[in-house]
Amino acid sequence: MTKYLVRRLLGAIPLILGIATIVFFAVNLAPGDPTLYYISPGMTQEVVEQMRVNFGLDEPVHIRYVKWLGAMLTGDFGYSFSHSRPVLDVLADFLPNTLILSACALTVAFLFGIVLGTLQAIRQYSFRDSALSVVLLFFYSMPSFWLALMLILTFSLFARNVWEWPIWFPASGMMSTDYEFLSFGAKVRDRLAHLVLPTTSLACVLTAGIARYMRGSMLEVIRQDYVRTARAKGLSERVVVFKHALRNALLPIITLLGLFIPVLFSGTIFIETIFAWPGMGRTIYEAILTRDYPVVMAGSFFFATMVVVANLLADVLYAWVDPRIRYE
Amino acid sequence: MSEPLLSVRDLRAWFFTDQGIAKAVDGVSFEVREGETLGIVGESGCGKTVTSLALLGLLPEPPARLMDGSSVRFRGQELVGADEKQLRALRGNEISMVFQEPMSSLNPVFSVGDQITETLRLHRGMDRRAARAEAVRLLGEVGIPEPARRVDEYPHQLSGGMRQRVMIAMAISCSPKLLIADEPTTALDVTIQAQILELLAELRRTLGMAVLLITHDLGVVAEVCDRVVVMYAGQVVETGTVEDIFVRPAHPYTRGLLGSLPSVGGAGGRLVSIAGTVPSPLHWPDGCRFRARCGLAGDGCEAPQDLVELGAHGRAARCWRART
Repeated sequence: MTKYLVRRLLGAIPLILGIATIVFFAVNLAPGDPTLYYISPGMTQEVVEQMRVNFGLDEPVHIRYVKWLGAMLTGDFGYSFSHSRPVLDVLADFLPNTLILSACALTVAFLFGIVLGTLQAIRQYSFRDSALSVVLLFFYSMPSFWLALMLILTFSLFARNVWEWPIWFPASGMMSTDYEFLSFGAKVRDRLAHLVLPTTSLACVLTAGIARYMRGSMLEVIRQDYVRTARAKGLSERVVVFKHALRNALLPIITLLGLFIPVLFSGTIFIETIFAWPGMGRTIYEAILTRDYPVVMAGSFFFATMVVVANLLADVLYAWVDPRIRYE
Repeated sequence: MSEPLLSVRDLRAWFFTDQGIAKAVDGVSFEVREGETLGIVGESGCGKTVTSLALLGLLPEPPARLMDGSSVRFRGQELVGADEKQLRALRGNEISMVFQEPMSSLNPVFSVGDQITETLRLHRGMDRRAARAEAVRLLGEVGIPEPARRVDEYPHQLSGGMRQRVMIAMAISCSPKLLIADEPTTALDVTIQAQILELLAELRRTLGMAVLLITHDLGVVAEVCDRVVVMYAGQVVETGTVEDIFVRPAHPYTRGLLGSLPSVGGAGGRLVSIAGTVPSPLHWPDGCRFRARCGLAGDGCEAPQDLVELGAHGRAARCWRART
């Protein structure tokens, strides 16, 4: 197992280098000039030229590539044009927030997806199965940014101001303005409350997709001989389904982990922007608008790396759950 | 005579499907006495597997349903209509099952030991360590070499014969009164078949349990059974001791089955078979269900046939000609 892990990690290195290369050229060969964003009327040509030199844009693209890659390998991701600080500092500020949001969305999505899919499968063609199918299809086909706006409208604005519900959720940011003056318990509650709407918006599409896969997988497993064996042993239906069948039905679902992470990350770009969540998605979005190349490159690179890591994680999990796949 | 261990009366398991009602088991009665081996024989599709699953309430409902009047009594307790909790207490405990496909009947993601200890912990309330020790002992008892090592292995690491031994170890773990073995040797090599049958016979003697052996293989029946029930088209067509069935078969179908047994050095070496195929359970023929394939079919066969008692000891055949 350790040997397999080491081999997979080593194999990931050329992959990540390739990703870095593609990211670099995609960003740098795109039309547009970062300096244009900072030019104001009346600037002389010399000032503009000086700005280009400062940004390191005066050299040909292949030279810039070698320099960028060399610097990156030593852990230097350059200097952000718009934030006026090292890219790594920018990442250190925003990346953890995105990871918190993504981790919450992923957990919620897999938990609900697995449970709902199972509940559908064990009563195939029942009213519950059909009703859940319709509801899940609805969430699956709804764009997450629209859902986000509806959630804000319902659970933040109307809940608070119109219907005056006892419970409503904040619509923007990670914490309230008076966060620093709260007690520890209130701080935790404040953080969690801010997580609810963005997590829900992100998780809905994923939940629906996972539930769909889970239903199919469970239907396949539930009619296997070993499920009958489990029943013949005198186990309760709960143990039969949630121990014997579930563990087998989960195998194909694990693959979805690697498959859905990219969907999740592109989702964060909309969701973080809508909810003013200080994360990497929003930062990349703003960096693209301001042509802040170093941030766009570093951000995309980190997202891509995490997709690679997630796939690796999925493979390891697979081996852990399925004894038939123990990599030699 | 004392009450039999298991008494099945007029068991009717029907499947309500989109194509119609499939009367897979249509009025089956038989009994199993303490410590005996009863064989249920018949072609594929005659309802023998459905019968075995129906005994423990393991048929999927819907589409299956046990019809009114069906009765399965085990040690005086009625199992048809019994609540799920009572049935669960019996399953794997007093009545256990071994299935046909050892390759797919064990859960691939749990170790052999886990699957055996699960039954022990459930029905005998053993703790983890005691159950594990018992699992190793059981694996040794069913003839698995190096049981202490094998207990941690997964099904895919074992051969078909070994897996069937594990299934048997699991089935006997709570010393059942009745072991239902549904085609336990069909999927195995001939040499392994003999070993498994021998193991079952030996366990029956040492544990004093009854065995209900379901098979299409008359050779197997001759080898291990005390009494035989022959099934055709969802009904019992003949019952009797092994000698009765093999030496004095009363029903034309039984004779046909015996006639289609290949024999070494038989005349011409040609294989004999019963003409035609088993009819569909959606449309059983009227009258004698075997009529269309029977060489002796005649005037008395249009009427539905009843089981005709032939002397004592539950010997009977579903054919009016058997009366004479």
